[in-house]
Amino acid sequence: MTADIESFTTPPSPEDLAADLTPDHGPRWHRLPIVKQLRTSVGLQRGMLITGLAITGMFIILAVFAPLIAPYSWAQLRDANGLFGSQQPPSSAHLLGTTVGGYDVLSRVIWGSRTALLAIVAALVLSLFLGVFLGLLSGYFGGWIDRTLVVVADAIYAFPSLLLAILAAIAISGGQSNLKSGVLAAAVSITVVFVPQYFRVIRSEVVRIKSEAFIESARVIGSSSARIMTRHVLRNSIRTLPLIMTLNCSEAILTLAGLGFLGFGIEPSSAAEWGYDLFKSIEDVTSGIWWTSVFPGLAIVLTVLGITLVGESLNDLADPRLRIRRAAGGKRSKQALDATNSVQTNQPEEAR
Amino acid sequence: MTIANDLAADDAVVPAPAGEPREKKTGSALGRYLVIRALLIIPTVFILVTVVFILMRATGDPITAALGGRLPPDQLKQRIHLAGYDRPILVQYLEYLGNIVRGNFGTTISDHLPVTHVLATYGAATLELAIYALIVAFALGIPLGRIAAARRDRGADAGLRISAVLFYAAPVFFTGLLLKLIFGVWLGWFPTSGRASTRDLILMKTQGANTGIYLIDAISTGKWSVVLDVLSHAVLPAIALGLLTGGVFLRLVRTNMISTLGTGYVEAARSRGVAERRLVRTHAWRPALVPIITVIGLQIALLLGGAVLTETTFEWKGLGFQLVQYINARDFVAVQGMVALLAIIVALTNFIVDVIAALVDPRIRY
Repeated sequence: MTADIESFTTPPSPEDLAADLTPDHGPRWHRLPIVKQLRTSVGLQRGMLITGLAITGMFIILAVFAPLIAPYSWAQLRDANGLFGSQQPPSSAHLLGTTVGGYDVLSRVIWGSRTALLAIVAALVLSLFLGVFLGLLSGYFGGWIDRTLVVVADAIYAFPSLLLAILAAIAISGGQSNLKSGVLAAAVSITVVFVPQYFRVIRSEVVRIKSEAFIESARVIGSSSARIMTRHVLRNSIRTLPLIMTLNCSEAILTLAGLGFLGFGIEPSSAAEWGYDLFKSIEDVTSGIWWTSVFPGLAIVLTVLGITLVGESLNDLADPRLRIRRAAGGKRSKQALDATNSVQTNQPEEAR
Repeated sequence: MTIANDLAADDAVVPAPAGEPREKKTGSALGRYLVIRALLIIPTVFILVTVVFILMRATGDPITAALGGRLPPDQLKQRIHLAGYDRPILVQYLEYLGNIVRGNFGTTISDHLPVTHVLATYGAATLELAIYALIVAFALGIPLGRIAAARRDRGADAGLRISAVLFYAAPVFFTGLLLKLIFGVWLGWFPTSGRASTRDLILMKTQGANTGIYLIDAISTGKWSVVLDVLSHAVLPAIALGLLTGGVFLRLVRTNMISTLGTGYVEAARSRGVAERRLVRTHAWRPALVPIITVIGLQIALLLGGAVLTETTFEWKGLGFQLVQYINARDFVAVQGMVALLAIIVALTNFIVDVIAALVDPRIRY
């Protein structure tokens, strides 16, 4: 992951910029982030992007419509037929069985997506605002603010993120949490970890853009710093954000689950959380009860996989060295695909 | 790393004094880089311990967190006073910094052990796990990344990349639980928890070297059964943690090799008629490894975080396992001390990694 972030910060090649500057004819929505990539991608990269989008879409649908989809509530222990019972294997009444605490696994998996989505949204909003603001400030004004912020961001960046998240969780909720403070704790923990990354990306873009001729022209005609920053610099420096945002999303889910697994979980009566359920299933695994751990775990893996696939494809599509180009004259000939040195045939023109 | 680069880059702008021989300037570049990089450890460590302090003390004092509700208010107040937590926060902060300079990271509330002692006791276990995991990561990530780059955009590449994403997407504790379930419980090939069976633990304690690194202890007993037992306990945790880092290595090697395969000198070798296989094996291979050395520094942070989760999954009694015990006991003095100490260790390891990277790759020196 870190490697990708490093690569965002490198200034784009002239060719890459040229590709972005070429006018894209067609309706306005064709130029929206993801839509544009979906239209320009081909082959394997398109497959990855579509798979990722499908999984992510399903996750969002589950999260939004959880009350309609889930058979029971997340904290429900009994229905008209009495108690669900503890550690019941999958059956028609409980498609994925019940947990050691007597909850329905399927319902908790579905409701868990809602908790995860909340954490993602909170983390994204917080770290986006803080990171972009600080990066803009630091890159635009430079000087000692810049130096200090860069040193601080680098120090925090090297910190093991889970340990930082543990500290943030303690600071916010003292370790015990309900839905609100649990999600907020996870979100703030993720923010602390991610602000340095947004900061670095935005700052390096701002530093590059600041020296462009159009900024100087704006200054010459008397635009204020605030106007130049928001109107000219900011608009041009956020190109790379969609990529890093997808990373942030998957990291948010993993951190929330990691915190839950370490006992900073949201109490099962306040909300469903996948990491907490996995934490409670460690004992089950040793006695061969598989359904309590496998399903929440799969939910995490699938969600992170979906979001990461979207991010991966966006990253590849943004990097001219990695982008697969639609060959002139339609599909690539079979001969070219079969040639053992397909790298050789594609590489020179793409890397130049 | 970037701070070092930025500063070094700024220094490079300053023109060399006139009349100084050119050779001397290039010769001292490495030395100057190392000095700047070494000096940068100080602000880094200072910032890290400050962040730890601010986060830990933002909500209150550790005594209330640990014992609040269990003691009557007046007794609680007395304990807080004795520990000095009712003094101005700035005084406490300066005292905390002073203690850290003297190597005192505090004493745990729950079992009254110095944090440095806790680290010395459990550090060896975590170190052992991290080394095993790194071996797994190298053994998997590097060859597979090379294969993926050589067969770019074909079946093998797609499969490998998807598995790399999967390794990354699966939280290390879920991978661990799955491995435990399949290979420990269903197949019964490996033990599911702990670092050694009780009988061999006693054997190692009485006859072994007692270094805390069980593999060394086991070898020193001279009994193959003990070595096998220790190794079989390590297999599942090492794979769980190693897959996480291995996935990162795979992606990195792949991307790097693809870009080196397109560089001028590889192109030149290709036009001289060097076979494609040889290009991959020798020409593009070694330069592609250099960025991995630089990234390992960041991986150590990831590995430590992963170790906390892996150790909890497999009851591997190392630092992470112990940290979770203290978290559950609400012993935040212990947590604060351990995290501060771990952060310093990470900062120092990053320095060592940067030095190695500078020695390997002349471009980093400026």
